[in-house]
Amino acid sequence: MNIAPALRLRTGDLAPALVLPLLALAALPTMSFSTWLTFTIAGIAMGMMLFLMASGLTLIFGLMDVLNFAHGAFVTLGAYVAVSVMAGLAGWSAADSWSLNLAALLVALAAAIVASGAAGLIFERLIIRRVYGAHLRQILVTVGGLIVAEQLMVALWGANPLPLPKPASFRGSIVLGDVSIEKYRVIALVLGLAVYVALHLVLNRTRIGLLVRAGVENREMVEALGYRIRRLFIGVFVAGTALAGMGGVMWGLYQELVTRAIGADMTVLVFIILIIGGLGSVGGCFVGALLVGLLTNYVGFLAPKLALASNILLMAAILLWRPRGLFPVAKE
Amino acid sequence: MRDGRERWRRRLDTLLSGDRPGGVLLDGLLLAVLVGLALTPFLFPGTRSVAVAARICIFVVLAASYDVMLGYTGIVSFAHTMFFGIGAYGVAIALTRLGVGWAAVLLGTGAGVALAVVLAAAIGLLSLRVRAIFFSMITLAVASLAQLLATQLRDITGGEDGLTFSVPQVLTPGFRLIEGTVLGVRVDGRLVTYYLIFAVSLALFLLMLRIVNSPFGRVLQAIRENAFRAEALGYRTVVYRTLAGALSAAMAALAGALMALLLRYNGPAATLSFDVMVDILLMVVIGGMGTLYGPVVGAVVLVMAEYYLQPAMVTIAGALVGWPLLPALFDPDRWLLWLGLLFVLIVYFFPSGIVGKLRELRSG
Repeated sequence: MNIAPALRLRTGDLAPALVLPLLALAALPTMSFSTWLTFTIAGIAMGMMLFLMASGLTLIFGLMDVLNFAHGAFVTLGAYVAVSVMAGLAGWSAADSWSLNLAALLVALAAAIVASGAAGLIFERLIIRRVYGAHLRQILVTVGGLIVAEQLMVALWGANPLPLPKPASFRGSIVLGDVSIEKYRVIALVLGLAVYVALHLVLNRTRIGLLVRAGVENREMVEALGYRIRRLFIGVFVAGTALAGMGGVMWGLYQELVTRAIGADMTVLVFIILIIGGLGSVGGCFVGALLVGLLTNYVGFLAPKLALASNILLMAAILLWRPRGLFPVAKE
Repeated sequence: MRDGRERWRRRLDTLLSGDRPGGVLLDGLLLAVLVGLALTPFLFPGTRSVAVAARICIFVVLAASYDVMLGYTGIVSFAHTMFFGIGAYGVAIALTRLGVGWAAVLLGTGAGVALAVVLAAAIGLLSLRVRAIFFSMITLAVASLAQLLATQLRDITGGEDGLTFSVPQVLTPGFRLIEGTVLGVRVDGRLVTYYLIFAVSLALFLLMLRIVNSPFGRVLQAIRENAFRAEALGYRTVVYRTLAGALSAAMAALAGALMALLLRYNGPAATLSFDVMVDILLMVVIGGMGTLYGPVVGAVVLVMAEYYLQPAMVTIAGALVGWPLLPALFDPDRWLLWLGLLFVLIVYFFPSGIVGKLRELRSG
């Protein structure tokens, strides 16, 4: 098996790559074109936010075979940090100036990255380090860690949902003809794409990226060549949790309300994305996130109560067709 | 004399399917639990203690059925509360729609168990084909869907408020089986309800003990130890794991039906919430995975702690007023924080739980 770059979809097998455009096309006859375009853009933007949360988890799993059930806690942490930062920068956030609004968002993102990354480092050292290789205990211990982390956050920020208003100039929509696009979704789209491109470049153009990709393919071989994959893994774990924190900020601002369940709710969607895309594959994760984002928006318009059910049905259908997901990683 | 004792021993072995708790300490502990539960209404009269005991019985079944999957088969499910809730909603909906009567109770229970088995089999066949970890992820997703549906389908489930219903007259508090009292205790509907729950729970527990000690149970354990090898020996691991999941789901649904009869109410928070799932996980892990006696000990410890220890946190929090952050950590609402810490520590340092420790004491 040739070494497929983690982010590039393997060519020669086009069927899985066609799922995404097919889904978008299938939704077209059910609504008018302008509505469809609105929801498609909204869905892609939501997919980008989901990708932020899911990409770290899939890399962590791909590299070390660790499935972190507490990933959602880092999403929640990011969102709560954003609440505190935005409250501190209320002046910037409420000002009628693009640049100040953007600065507030960037400070919140940076703070969330630092906080979630640091928490991720502590979590890896305290919780995960001892259970490498034992799936059952990993699941149990990370669930225990999730409970503790969630409760600690409630002790710090209180049990009540906290408001997290969007910065002033990110509210409202841009209207082009019949198509209306929420401004905030555009920002999410840009940020998600930027992260995707950055991940792509790091993984495919740097030495560290090469090692990570090689580690996903064959951990023992990388270790045998003298690289300390544990240390590499800690880096990936911290980066993954920092990305989750970013996702938490973006999602919290989108909802404008932060509850302690925000991460747990997203974990369900993130797991669906990982299973659809193929555990361990970043490219698959990207496609999976877009699929879930689009489907949630289409179904949310057509039959709002069925949004989550439709995602689970999509996952079931894909599992029946490809038991390992759309883009399974090459190893095993 | 010797013969008599031998005969009793054999009878006990038949009853326990040859799976004795092991060790004087553990035997004594479990005997105390059994006698305590059997005689609760007489030893500790009062509505509260009987309610606690009934809850313990139900959670013994629920946690033991979870252990069939976690401890014996080695797969982690997060949908156990969903099956628990399906059983409870089965009884609740049947008693609301079909009118009060035992036929409705049986029909609701049957429908609940059937739905639970079908769902568990579908999830198992779909997710266990590739790797066991998919099962955990998918059960999490399906369980949150179930929770969402239960709150959204207001016409059927009563939504967030749940369903309050009447139970057959024999089980109502106003009912008197006999006039007067027995040993100072009124023989009313509450007592009947308690002994119904106790008897059904005991029977279900012994049935599960029978199943895990059967050849089928041995195959499950073999799969837990080495799935690849079990497959190589010719056992279809997917089929066995799925069967274990379906069996466990059926037991959870039965426990749910008992819960509905006890509470005369069912709603998302009572049976479906993630808090209940955490309780189950804690019971199995604290008591000891991989032996059905573990969940018994775990259920007793956790339910008692919830009822009697949790209030103690109010006192601690009160004593710490003035310190930064500490009162918030000891707030009674932070109960889960301490349970979570305990959970992590036990998984690290005592993976075999209380029962495992007691058994070690005996052998070492």
